[in-house]
Amino acid sequence: MLEMVSRPYERAFEQHALANPDVLCLSADLTSSCEIDKFRDNHPDQFLSLGMAEQNMMSFAGGLGLAGYRPFIHTFGVFCYRRPYDQLIASIAYPRRKVRIMGFLPGITTPGGMTHQAIEDISVMRSMPNMTILETGDATEVESICEAADSIDGPVYCRVLRGQMPRLFDTPIVVGQMRELSLGDDILIVTAGITTEEAMRATKALEGAGVSVRHLHLNTIKPFNAAAMLDHINSVKGGVVTLENHVTEGGIGSLMAEIMADNGVGKKLKRLGLNDTYAHGGSRAYLMRYYGLDALALTQGIEDLMGQKLGITEEDLSAARVDAVHSLAKAEGL
Amino acid sequence: MLTNEKTTEDVALGIRRRVFEHAMRNNGGYLSQACSAAEQLAWLYNEELNLGPPTLPMIPKSFGGVPSADNPDYHTGAGYNGPFEPDLDRLFIAPAHYALVAYATLIEVGRMAPEGLEMFNKDGSSVEMIGAEHSPGMEVHNGTLGIGLSTAAGLAWGRKRRGETGKVWVYMSDGEVQEGQTWEAIQCCAHHKIDNVKAIMDVNRQQCDGAMNSVMEVGDIAQKMEDFGAKVVWADAHNLDEMRAAARTPHMGKPLIILANSSPWRGMPTLLERFPRLHYVRFKSEEERARYNVEIAKSLKVDPVDYAGAH
Repeated sequence: MLEMVSRPYERAFEQHALANPDVLCLSADLTSSCEIDKFRDNHPDQFLSLGMAEQNMMSFAGGLGLAGYRPFIHTFGVFCYRRPYDQLIASIAYPRRKVRIMGFLPGITTPGGMTHQAIEDISVMRSMPNMTILETGDATEVESICEAADSIDGPVYCRVLRGQMPRLFDTPIVVGQMRELSLGDDILIVTAGITTEEAMRATKALEGAGVSVRHLHLNTIKPFNAAAMLDHINSVKGGVVTLENHVTEGGIGSLMAEIMADNGVGKKLKRLGLNDTYAHGGSRAYLMRYYGLDALALTQGIEDLMGQKLGITEEDLSAARVDAVHSLAKAEGL
Repeated sequence: MLTNEKTTEDVALGIRRRVFEHAMRNNGGYLSQACSAAEQLAWLYNEELNLGPPTLPMIPKSFGGVPSADNPDYHTGAGYNGPFEPDLDRLFIAPAHYALVAYATLIEVGRMAPEGLEMFNKDGSSVEMIGAEHSPGMEVHNGTLGIGLSTAAGLAWGRKRRGETGKVWVYMSDGEVQEGQTWEAIQCCAHHKIDNVKAIMDVNRQQCDGAMNSVMEVGDIAQKMEDFGAKVVWADAHNLDEMRAAARTPHMGKPLIILANSSPWRGMPTLLERFPRLHYVRFKSEEERARYNVEIAKSLKVDPVDYAGAH
């Protein structure tokens, strides 16, 4: 049974900020939703409320960077780039300000629907020169995200989980280092964020069906160590499957496609994720099933890739974890 | 510190003359911005700003690449405004298309060599047409309008927190009030009591498409800014004493915005005939170019420019 952890960001940020006086906590009216409300109350001198004004917040953070501070921006991921895209580029990414952008509610982790779901953020940030991208997949990674982000000499965008989450790993994020979760030699599965837990659920059933799985978890999406990944791609006899909480364009599926094409790898790639579609509002479990982001979708994708039925049913997958839409670990239903 | 070798009136006249000469040689340019802005930038650089001596070469270096992890020698053009010291001011020129006027100002106040203007808009040069972060006198990228005041607010808040006494000045254009970010920035300064930000806005009522009231009416910007929490004071953009007095306006707990009421043909009355198409002056014919050369030269009390052999 997985250990479940509640609100790891809240503690991790406070600990990091108190140890680093040049770290500032910025919020855009989503303070409790980003688990920094206690920090605001306990450390008001290190907290800046910038209101629902993301364009100003981005440029303001750039100015703070110029003054030698390392602002941590807290809001939903979607509000970090859609509205203030110009300011993100001109005031933060171009001049390489040490701004740490903490984007909560990545992908379909919110029932808030299209306006709240950051489904193309990785694509946007990957195409932005100077931007580093980190993504958290469990409590341990959330606990280490502040220190990891703050180690970057330049701007960082982080996909951060909040509320209740499992602990899958026992070592902190090492920037640039992927996690090797299994090292089989038939199929390479590459996941990040919440899809890693799904792939871990599927791994046992896949092995039971005779598929030797090599599973890698990414917490650093940009910059990316293509050489290390190429070794893994070359280590499997079959193809590669990506499962991402993101559209299938521009994210880790595209990243793998680029590495394979750049190096002339003649293997099949199956990209699973939001397939050129927006999502709508609903529970995470419902959305992951509806849009094909869960363990079952992964096993079906591997069947497609291999061109054979594996006979894996839902009962074969490890017990799903069901989160209540409304829980004490979240400030509101969003 | 640099000594003021020229009067501010002379600096302003020199700015207009340099921009005029450049526009004649290059068959066009941002002439009206020199007309409206000359006294404002002359006054800032020659009197108001507390700047140290320039830290970058008088003749600007060529383009040295954009910021990246692989470009450790990268630097901005801020060094032309002096070193970063706690007691010294910074200046952000928000309307980056005023760059030609800003470069002319740097030359007039002895912060850049006249050769710098010869590099204007040449391939491989750092003296870019739309001032880039690496262009002389530019400290941050402001090419998209509305981001200057927000950036200044962040820097100013940070400087205040560190106990630095230097101010953060922003040179703004009135077209920027059409951008929502300008209002976000003012309310932010007010909310956080950021009063070490000072802005002077060139209110020439012109924008790219023409007169602002024909493009997007903005109403009573002074009242709106006051309502958003700024201390606002009007000054005649061509009257140095009015600008000097405006800058002394107390603004405890608020940003100061000086609305500099300017004429986009001041000093070059020939431009009036083009109204309201003043944003960028491009001559329609050689005859027009020749006539402007004679008429504006006369207005500026210089000889016409010998532009044969130029563009």
